[in-house]
Amino acid sequence: MTAGLWETWVLPGIWITVQLLVYSAALAAVVAFGVGLARTHRSRLVRFLATAYTEVFRGTSALILMFWLFFVVPPLLGWQLVPMWAAVLALGLSYGAYGAEIVRGAVGAVAPAQREAGVALSFTPWQRTRLIVLPQAVPEMIPPFCNLLVELLKGTALVSLLGVGDVSFAAYLVRLATQESAQIYTIILVVYFLISLVITRSMKALERRTKANLGVVAK
Amino acid sequence: MNWDWSAVVDFLPRLWDGLLVTLQVLVLGSLISFTLGLVWAAGFRAPSRLVRWPVQAVTEFIRTTPLLVQLFFLFFVLPEWGVQFSAFTTGTIAIGLHYSTYTAQVYRAGIDAVPAGQWEAATALSLPAHRTWFAVILPQALRRIVPALGNYVIAMLKDTPLLAAISVLELLQQSRLESAATFQYTEPLTVVGVAFILIAYPASLLVRTLERRLAR
Repeated sequence: MTAGLWETWVLPGIWITVQLLVYSAALAAVVAFGVGLARTHRSRLVRFLATAYTEVFRGTSALILMFWLFFVVPPLLGWQLVPMWAAVLALGLSYGAYGAEIVRGAVGAVAPAQREAGVALSFTPWQRTRLIVLPQAVPEMIPPFCNLLVELLKGTALVSLLGVGDVSFAAYLVRLATQESAQIYTIILVVYFLISLVITRSMKALERRTKANLGVVAK
Repeated sequence: MNWDWSAVVDFLPRLWDGLLVTLQVLVLGSLISFTLGLVWAAGFRAPSRLVRWPVQAVTEFIRTTPLLVQLFFLFFVLPEWGVQFSAFTTGTIAIGLHYSTYTAQVYRAGIDAVPAGQWEAATALSLPAHRTWFAVILPQALRRIVPALGNYVIAMLKDTPLLAAISVLELLQQSRLESAATFQYTEPLTVVGVAFILIAYPASLLVRTLERRLAR
């Protein structure tokens, strides 16, 4: 493989994959906390809507959602999404639905007495959530979020099918140029493996930090 | 924008064909992942580090890299090595291999969750190894393993559209062919998306019921 292929396709491809990962992770985090907390809301209607959201987005395939946003939504609304943003939207919305389950589980696992203590101190519901429930729930969310982030990284490879020039797309082009598959695909798999290694390592560090804030020693 | 029911009706024959292929991939892929996962799980428990470490490294690598890239790897590289498989076979093997690394973790966690006292009791009763496994450990481990496997079968179902990338005629690829032939993009893709929800949602309810039943 020549240096030109590296510089024009593979390295920018890695950068696009990282960007996709960061943007869709940010969107997924917003969706996860929004929908996850909505599932513990007092109002039945809010709970129902949040549950419907998670079931629909967890029920369908991320790739089909991506194609749908890219091919079906434009004629529906009259505007076209840039492939990159269609991809971020599809990944963020569907992985956010998985994240919402994690948030709900962790919030539900906080001891009820903690919440009652908040009531006794006449905290508002928002204060209870922000000052009592979330600081205890967040460290519990980190290991499952770490797994989800690795799944999301793997999900970003799907965008190459929409023609976004991520690292998988680069592999496809390099394969066409060099007529050799084994080398480039091995390299690309290793690239993904290394990125996920960075994710798991940094999430581990984050878990230790957030637990230290609570005075709990992480394993 | 208008919804055309006749386009849906026209798509139905392809939908059934695609559904059949998707379900075939799902069943065969599940069987591969269940059995291969057992092999990996046995590797995790091997007495020698020379077996344990490579198995852990390989499964970790497969688990943290995208199925799509693995699909392309097998689809393009195997023929270079002189192994010719159809797209369907390659896709099924890839998805089975990918999910076997998940099922291996399920088996491992299920077996580890059996309390140590059970192993000690089996030793105290001097049960032979196969009795320890089949009469004591596995019946208890299965309660945790079965629902988790069910969840991965559903996850696998939602990953089968990836096989469209290597031209397997499953649901997504059928909808793309239909769109290419009729220039109707909205209906086929939407029908396929809804079909996935209609299969995955009841299946997940089933798994949840199973979880509750077995947990008792």
